Amino acid sequence: MTPRKKALILPALGRAWLALVLVFLYAPILVMAAMSFNASPFYQLPFEFSTRWYQDMAGNAQILAASLRSVGIAVATTVIATALGTAASVGLFRYDFPGKRFLQVMLFPPIAIPWLIIGTAMLVFFFAIGIGRGTPAVLIGHVALALPYVIVTVTARLSSFDVTLEEAARSLGADGWTVLRRVTIPWIAPGIVAGALFAFAVSFDQFVVSYFLAKPGDSTLPVLIYTAIRKGFTPEINAISTIIIALSMGIMFLAARKARFGGGR
Amino acid sequence: MAELATPADKRRLATLLSPAYLWLTLAVFLPLSAMLFFSFVTDLPQDAPDWAFTLENYGKFLENPVYGKLLWKSLKLAATVTLFCILIGYPCALVLARVIKGRAREVLFLLVILPFWSNSLVRIFSWAIVLRGNGILERTLEAILPWDIRLNLMFTTNAVVIGLVHSYLPYVILTSYLALQAIDDDIIDAARSMGAGKLTILRRLLLPLSLPGLLAGAVLVFVPVVGSFMEPRILGGRVGTYFGTVIEDQFVAVYNWPLGAALSFVLLAVVLLIFALTSPILRKAQT
Repeated sequence: MTPRKKALILPALGRAWLALVLVFLYAPILVMAAMSFNASPFYQLPFEFSTRWYQDMAGNAQILAASLRSVGIAVATTVIATALGTAASVGLFRYDFPGKRFLQVMLFPPIAIPWLIIGTAMLVFFFAIGIGRGTPAVLIGHVALALPYVIVTVTARLSSFDVTLEEAARSLGADGWTVLRRVTIPWIAPGIVAGALFAFAVSFDQFVVSYFLAKPGDSTLPVLIYTAIRKGFTPEINAISTIIIALSMGIMFLAARKARFGGGR
Repeated sequence: MAELATPADKRRLATLLSPAYLWLTLAVFLPLSAMLFFSFVTDLPQDAPDWAFTLENYGKFLENPVYGKLLWKSLKLAATVTLFCILIGYPCALVLARVIKGRAREVLFLLVILPFWSNSLVRIFSWAIVLRGNGILERTLEAILPWDIRLNLMFTTNAVVIGLVHSYLPYVILTSYLALQAIDDDIIDAARSMGAGKLTILRRLLLPLSLPGLLAGAVLVFVPVVGSFMEPRILGGRVGTYFGTVIEDQFVAVYNWPLGAALSFVLLAVVLLIFALTSPILRKAQT
């Protein structure tokens, strides 16, 4: 083999490998989605197109209630976590103070400690102080999990912010809040939007913490799906799962475009 | 960045920071402290007035070999999953960072990362649909291969490994890719001009320089897998009993919260040990 040919083989193998990995990542999701349109209740082939499971799902009061609750909690989490997280990012960015490093490290545990530990700890603590299980407990938990993601995303955007812009605005007579509202926030807006989308995804996809904190019969969508899976598989679960995955991938696609990770620097 | 000069600055800083950090304290740090407390009591103080301090919950972990065995089983599972994620994911990151260029790279990178941000429970369920007996995978293989095939993958350890690798693979690709992308092209060109082959460049330059990123990814896979319980439950069936599922049982089925708290803290200790051992490398990966 000539060296030139050899030089072409490795990249070609690499591309093939990448293609295989993409098949591995997407094939099961596509199979699941396809099966939600299959008429057989036992996933039997040959494939016969039907929207029957989507109709069933639309008539299932439990699924509708859980969907509504999940979306409601995700929206509330997004609003609270984005507001508190953006404020904290600006504070961490703007000032130097003793203990700043400690506050930055404090963002790490909610991301890094397995959710099983955090979820069970929240359950124990919320019972001890009287909040107990239920939607308020789930919301408190989701906001805590989403906050570090918002702060990290907004801080990343802030790091490209030119502080002299604030000084210029101030020298032209703008006061602190005007500077924040008219100069700083518009600049970091893409970071805030990306952070908000992350927060929504963290909450909407969250299973483990919701599982420990949701009241039975008052559960979020992922918890309801888990309970249903444990009882046996039905194409109705495929239908609702397909909707969820399409929704969360769509949101993350937008967030990634906003945050512009991976190249484009 | 400004030093805190005036009391007004201090007030503004407190207004900006305290809501987020109070929330984190209430929802994460106080619960973790509370659980540490509960792991040392006989009964929940709000249920039983005659509760007392005890070491018995941790004693049970040491006395009953089942818990130790399950923790070992979870650690082995995490090691297997991490290994596969590295073997599959690192070459992928390498191709993305050093072979593919421009717009295609951006699109492919996004495609790789996207599933990771979608619902993990749903993705595990999708594997259950693929792997189940007489399911899609067996039918497809039957159609391709001339002989009869029975994979019987569902409700095995292999199924659990496949599902977990699928869940966490994007972590390794993401961190390795970021490390590989940061390597200066000039170094590679210099090596090439001095006659280094592709494999030499990989072994002597790319691999060592991206090692912190690769290891960061490995830790990010290993830690959550040790504490996994939903994936083994759905894909493992009867063989899916792990340390995580035992902890789950204490809280949702057996209702022995003090024991569950103690087991959770054993798990947390393992996790912290892993972070402590790898923190020098992780810190390097950050910069």
